[in-house]
Amino acid sequence: MRLRVPPGAPAALKVLAAAAAAPAPVRPHLGGPAERPQTLAPELELRLELDSGTVLFSPNAICQYFYLCRGEEPTDLTTQWLEWEATELQPAVAAALYLRLVQGRAGPEALGLLQPLLAHLEQHLARSGTSHLAGDAASVADVVVWGSLFPVLQDQTSLPGELQVLRSWFGAVSALEPCRAAAALLPEALRELRAHLAQHPPHLPGPPREPQVRPRPGGEGGAQVGTAPLTGCPQQDEESPERALTDDDIAAAVEIWARGPAALPPPREPRTPVLPVEGERNVLITSALPYVNNVPHLGNIIGCVLSADTFARYSRLRGWNTLFVCGTDEYGTATETRALQEGLSPRQLCDRYHALHADIYAWFGISFDHFGRTTTPQQTSIAQDIFQRLLARGFLLQDTLEQLRCERCGRYLADRFVEGTCPSCGYGEARGDQCDRCGKLINAVELQNPQCKLCRGTPVVTPTQHLFLDLPKLEGRLEAWLERTWAAGEWTANARHITRTWLRDGLKPRCITRDLTWGTPVPLDGFRDKVSAPPAPRCPCWALPAGLTCSGRSHSPQVFYVWFDAPIGYLSITANYTEHWERWWKNPQQVELYNFMAKDNVPFHSVVFPCSLLGADDNYTLVNHLIATEYLNYEDGKFSKSRGVGVFGDMAKDTGIPADVWRFYLLYLRPEGQDSAFCWADLMLKNNSELLNNLGNFINRAGMFVCKFFGGTVPAMALTAEDQRLLARVTLEMRQYHQLMERVRLRDALRCVLGISRHGNQYIQVNEPWKRIKGDERDRQRAGTVTGVAVNLAAALAALLQPFVPGVSAAIQAQLCIPPERCGLGPGLTCTLPAGHRVGTVSPLFQKLELEQVEALRQRFGGGQAKEPPPASAPPPAPNTPTAPGDPKVIQELTEQVAQQGNLVRQLKAAQAEKAQVDAQVAKLLELKRQLALAEGRSPEVPKGKRKK
Amino acid sequence: MKKNPKPIAIHIEMAFFNYLFSPPLVFPLQVPVLQSNNGPGLRGLMTIAAHLVRQARKEQLLGSTAEEKAVVQQWLEYRVTRVNGGSSKEDTRTILKDLNMHLEDKVYLAGNIFTLADILMYYGLHHIMVDLTVQEKEKYLNVSRWFNHIQHYPGVRQHLSDVVFIKNRLYTNAH
Repeated sequence: MRLRVPPGAPAALKVLAAAAAAPAPVRPHLGGPAERPQTLAPELELRLELDSGTVLFSPNAICQYFYLCRGEEPTDLTTQWLEWEATELQPAVAAALYLRLVQGRAGPEALGLLQPLLAHLEQHLARSGTSHLAGDAASVADVVVWGSLFPVLQDQTSLPGELQVLRSWFGAVSALEPCRAAAALLPEALRELRAHLAQHPPHLPGPPREPQVRPRPGGEGGAQVGTAPLTGCPQQDEESPERALTDDDIAAAVEIWARGPAALPPPREPRTPVLPVEGERNVLITSALPYVNNVPHLGNIIGCVLSADTFARYSRLRGWNTLFVCGTDEYGTATETRALQEGLSPRQLCDRYHALHADIYAWFGISFDHFGRTTTPQQTSIAQDIFQRLLARGFLLQDTLEQLRCERCGRYLADRFVEGTCPSCGYGEARGDQCDRCGKLINAVELQNPQCKLCRGTPVVTPTQHLFLDLPKLEGRLEAWLERTWAAGEWTANARHITRTWLRDGLKPRCITRDLTWGTPVPLDGFRDKVSAPPAPRCPCWALPAGLTCSGRSHSPQVFYVWFDAPIGYLSITANYTEHWERWWKNPQQVELYNFMAKDNVPFHSVVFPCSLLGADDNYTLVNHLIATEYLNYEDGKFSKSRGVGVFGDMAKDTGIPADVWRFYLLYLRPEGQDSAFCWADLMLKNNSELLNNLGNFINRAGMFVCKFFGGTVPAMALTAEDQRLLARVTLEMRQYHQLMERVRLRDALRCVLGISRHGNQYIQVNEPWKRIKGDERDRQRAGTVTGVAVNLAAALAALLQPFVPGVSAAIQAQLCIPPERCGLGPGLTCTLPAGHRVGTVSPLFQKLELEQVEALRQRFGGGQAKEPPPASAPPPAPNTPTAPGDPKVIQELTEQVAQQGNLVRQLKAAQAEKAQVDAQVAKLLELKRQLALAEGRSPEVPKGKRKK
Repeated sequence: MKKNPKPIAIHIEMAFFNYLFSPPLVFPLQVPVLQSNNGPGLRGLMTIAAHLVRQARKEQLLGSTAEEKAVVQQWLEYRVTRVNGGSSKEDTRTILKDLNMHLEDKVYLAGNIFTLADILMYYGLHHIMVDLTVQEKEKYLNVSRWFNHIQHYPGVRQHLSDVVFIKNRLYTNAH
């Protein structure tokens, strides 16, 4: 046991007294005045370390402990005194000592709030008739109260004369041996205490010491992210890019401000097609090609297209010559399977889904220069060219591949046609190419208990002839290239890590052919004459070069395996966009290539595809910056199309939530460096706190002030030192924004923007232009300056937001009537809206999301919907597609449903059903009522008083 | 102890009372004073709570060894001195930080036993926890884990709303 008592701790005395009263007295460890506190929290310094490792830091609990060791159990009375001492006496004593020791007051008036408490003690002792606080024997209560009072009462003159009983109690307790011993141990008690109090002034009752300046609208919700200025005490534990502003910062910011629109990059003339320009920064951006056979979910969207789009928009905003291409990946077994399931030809299926994808991305505002597809003649010619070059340079091998063949279906079961148990993790539904649970790539023949996906029969292992890309032979070139690229490029940590793991494990030849029809045909015609007698038409081994022989077993048509074929899609899609595609793709000197993808795609972009291009040796543009995200989960689990869990691209627009809110939230959550999860409640929170209260509120107020107070004309501005500090602060934030964006740390950059908006809110809040406008000439001028700076900050925010929420950005620019040539993004806050500029009509940018609405959406997308089909007559709830009002049949139906649903809810409530169940049914009821209101042509009223805070 | 300890007029945190006695009684929420029909009344949340615990013969909620009892006492005191209604944002942050550190290697405030300290701290923190953002809940991960555990402890939550915690971490590389 170890008792540490630092000097000057107000509670030292009682703890020492209690320790002295303990059955086995504890020798305290007293720190000298020179001993610096070891922890930052002074109230934690005094402590009792028990042998068990438990640490007691509350002086009263320590005292209690010593008395418990004596066998004295706490009673109601002792507990009450201890509680009273902690909650009432201590603060009053601290305040009184502060008045006396630090401020030098004397006499009874210095007792302050202590007086009524002393009277309370006097009264209690007198009325109970006992000599001590909790009976006639001294208890822990006496020691604790005495210890607190000692510094005040040891100078007897400070005790009011009428408190006779208290005086004698105090004398008696002071005379107790443990108390005498304690007082003797602390000869310098008062001096130390003075020093302590001077350093830690007590919370004096009454009005707070300093008024709290708090930006009202922005600071709500407590989501303090990074750059938010925190008022009050300095936040040592909060990581904050806030640093003290230097004079240089301020001078630079003022200079940028004064340059006005000249500080912005000149707007680019839109050109079609975009082609690399000598001497410019030519940025080629690709987003991983979404697989055509499925609707993308939110995770797919943030993982590649939305991230790539945000960067592409930023890149254009910076004035870089930017080409952003993407398209659907259409070949492969998955498409074939899906087409079989849907009774379509693969081509029909692709046409349908390609349009679906294009619609979804258009709705999300993805700014592709071209959104193409991989099933084009250009794909065939480019893929075959790369193949021929690889073949000619000896980078292809022929080998026998053990493949699963389903005799019943009469076909080879390539990758996704087969399912079974994962050999690594034992997952029962592993696909033939990859396990969804552990993510390991699988060779289909390694699957345990394989099953044909079409007929559920058991396939048999059959050897077939295939071509392989000789990765080991290319490993040296790959490593040399990676070393150069990594030194200069921006690769996310996961991309580097995954690549390193692949290289560390050693590269193996990879099969590039498949026994399928839906793919780019393997071209071996040029070698046809080298084979003496073709064993059968269309067998690819007809034309193998010398040294390679055909086993005669494989006679089905062969196409390229998708991993070989799909990345070539980037090239062929560009070729569909412009015939000069080679100026982008065979021009590494002038072009900088960014690949965006989720992490599962990394090896194909960092190892396999570069090897194809390095082997083909035709001066291809290889990836410079590989940006990979982690995974986005849905609420607590994974997105799952089959279970109906999660939000998929085509449903997002049916939620009634604007595309930009989706963009914002997905980018805010972007799984950068770590998996993240989509959560409805959080979506609502971020919409209401960040978009509505922070961003929307600031921009709206800035615009409204110009309209309301200055008739829509930006007023003249005379910058004060405070304004200059704001400019410097915002310019620093913008500099960080640029650094983050250039490193494609989109999520962090978005937080920077929100931080800037917070600065703006605080600036308005502190300067109160709405009050100053009513004041004298100087006040009105000040209101003008603040309004002018604020509206220019709003204009800058519009540009900063453009990559993230282009629709909102455009709305701000339209409301503030910012001409297009001044919509660019400068290095800092610049005066783009000078005095005299006229703004347009300002209106709110965002809408509040209500709990009921979000709860209904959560229910709808939560996964239960598959089991529970919506009532046949009620259309699925779609907040922005109201039922045509006035149809009496619909009204009647809905009225009945509302009544039914109401009864159900009442029954559930009466039966005290589970809250979640009741809530779900209530949500349905509300939705039905809303539809009814719409059908009747009323505006649906928001139920009041139901909202949780 | 007195016979018939049934309280006549009580001002106490209702939820805690309901935890000990059912059927629940309804009281106005005010200064905690417990007035019994003989003898002086008791004052203070901690005092009354400890008293009621003994009345309800649930002494284990106060700890059994001297050490446990002192620890319970300590956290009850912390609860009434620090976690009491209108604390500022900075205070709240300090409280959550302290608790988060303390709970790093503990299931309950007093280590491995569920005590009165957990119950009263839960009631005291509830209004803070409901307002935390997902990010803050994650920042104070140990507090969140403990709070979620306590709110699901049979009988504790009473009329208070269930505070939702997300299993997946969202902000591990929080900025």
